[in-house]
Amino acid sequence: MQVDWSIIPGFIPQLIAGAKVTIYITVLGLIGGIIIGLIAGLMRAYGGKIANAIAFTYIELIRGTPIVVQVMFLYFALPVLADIRIDPMSAAVLAIVVNAGAYIAEIVRGAFLSISKGLTEAGLAIGMPHWKVLLYIVGPLAFRRLIPPLGNQFIVSLKDTSLFIVIGVGELTRTGQEIMAANFRAVEIWTAVAVCYLILTGTMTITLRLIEKRMRIL
Amino acid sequence: MSFIEFRKTLKCFGPLTVLQDVDLSIDQGEVVVLVGPSGSGKSTLLRCINGLETITGGDVIVDGLSVKGGNRQLREIRQEAGMVFQQFNLFPQMTALQNVALGPRKVRGVAKAEALRQAGDMLAKVGLSEKGDHYPSELSGGQQQRVAIARALAVKPKVMLFDEPTSALDPELKQEVLSVMLQLAREGMTMVVVTHEMSFAKQVGTRLIFMEHGKIAVDGDPREVIDNPPNPRMKDFLSHVD
Ligand SMILES: Nc1ncnc2c1ncn2[C@@H]1O[C@H](COP(=O)(O)OP(=O)(O)OP(=O)(O)O)[C@@H](O)[C@H]1O
Ligand SMILES: [Mg+2]
Repeated sequence: MQVDWSIIPGFIPQLIAGAKVTIYITVLGLIGGIIIGLIAGLMRAYGGKIANAIAFTYIELIRGTPIVVQVMFLYFALPVLADIRIDPMSAAVLAIVVNAGAYIAEIVRGAFLSISKGLTEAGLAIGMPHWKVLLYIVGPLAFRRLIPPLGNQFIVSLKDTSLFIVIGVGELTRTGQEIMAANFRAVEIWTAVAVCYLILTGTMTITLRLIEKRMRIL
Repeated sequence: MSFIEFRKTLKCFGPLTVLQDVDLSIDQGEVVVLVGPSGSGKSTLLRCINGLETITGGDVIVDGLSVKGGNRQLREIRQEAGMVFQQFNLFPQMTALQNVALGPRKVRGVAKAEALRQAGDMLAKVGLSEKGDHYPSELSGGQQQRVAIARALAVKPKVMLFDEPTSALDPELKQEVLSVMLQLAREGMTMVVVTHEMSFAKQVGTRLIFMEHGKIAVDGDPREVIDNPPNPRMKDFLSHVD
C-alpha cells in the first residue's frame, strides 16, 4: 500500500478536536493533582503520625497499581460500590488527579526535605511560626527544585491520558483509532497522532525550560 | 529572678544524655562565653534557650517565660533571643536587605517599606550599608555573618545567642565579625557566645563557662580562669585552642 501524506490535512479538524480533549483532561487533572500532591507531600514531610500514615497509604496504593486499573475502578467499580455514577470524562480527569497527585506528593516531599534544615531553624529563631517559615522561606526554595521533576510528571500524565481509550474518552489516541477504523491508513494516521503528542509535550518542555531559566538557580 | 534560668535542665538524644541537670542563671547585661570540647553540649545548651531543642526534663525560663509554655510562648521567647549560627543560614533567595527585613515584617508586623528602611539602618550598623541589594551568594563569609547578625538584631531581641559565629570563617574574615560582636557587647547587649576566641572572652566577657560531658565544670571571670584554669581538663583544652 502506498503511503499518501496528502490525506492528513483532511483529518486535521478531527485530530484537533481529539487534542483538545487530551489537553482538557491533562490540564484539569494536573491542577487537581498539584493540589492533592501538595497536601499529601506536606503531610508526608511535616505531618504527625496519622497524617503521615494517611498520605503514605494513598501514595503507595496509587504507585503500586496501573493507571488503567485506577480509571477502570473509578468508572466501573465505584458505581457498584458507592452508587456514584460518573461519566467517562470525569473518570478520566479524576484518574489523572489521583494518579498525578501521588507522584507529585513524592516530588513535593523530596523538594521540601532537600532544603537545608539550618534555614528552617533560622526562620524559627527569629520567631516565625512554622507555617510562615514554610510559606516564605522553604516553599519558594523548594519550588525551584520542584520544577524539573514536576515537568517530567506533566509529560507522563499527558501521555497517560491515551490510556483512557479503555473507557471510550474521545481524546487524541481514540480519535486516531476512529480515523484508522474508517480508512486503514495506519502509517499516516499514527504518524500524525504521534506528531500531535510531540507538539503538546514539546510545548510543555519549552514552557518549563523558560520558567526554570527565569528563576535564579540556587 | 534572672533573665535566663536553667533549672535542673536535662536534655537527652535517645539514650545519650547531653545536658545533665544544668543549673545556670544569666542576668541582663552579661556576656557569657561558653567553651568546652566538641560534643560537651555547648550548642545544645544554647539551643535550649530558644527552644530549637526540646528539653527532656527540668525547665528553662527566659524573661519569665518557660520554653515549655507552648508554641505561642516559644515564639515570644524567640523574638527576645536572637540567634547567630556557625553556617550563617541566610535565606539565599533574598537580598541582604530582604533577609534583615523578613523578621520585622512577618513577626513584628512592620510594613514593608518601614521594615526595609530599618533593615538599611541595621546593615549600616554592621558596616554593610552598600551591600543591601546583594544576595548572600554574592557576599563573603564575613559579610554574610554580619548580615545574619543584623537579621537577628532587627527583631529587637533582648539577648543574642551566638553558636561559633566565626568558626566557618577564614582568619582574616573572623575579625570583622568579632568587632561587630565587641561593639554589641559594649552597647550592653546580653550575649551568650560559644566561641574559641579567647581574646573576645578576655576583652568583653563577663563570665566564662567551661562545659564538660553536659555539665558546667567551670564558671568564672574570663580574665582569671583563662590565665589560671582551675581544672586540668580546661587547661588542656585551652592549650589546644590558642
Ligand atoms: N539532633 C541530635 N541527635 C542526636 N544527637 C545529637 C543531636 N544534636 C547533638 N547531638 C549529640 O549531642 C552531643 C552534644 O552536642 P553539641 O552539638 O551540643 O556539642 P557541642 O559542644 O556544641 O560540640 P561542637 O564543639 O562539636 O559544636 C554530641 O554528642 C552530639 O553528637
Ligand atoms: Mg556546637
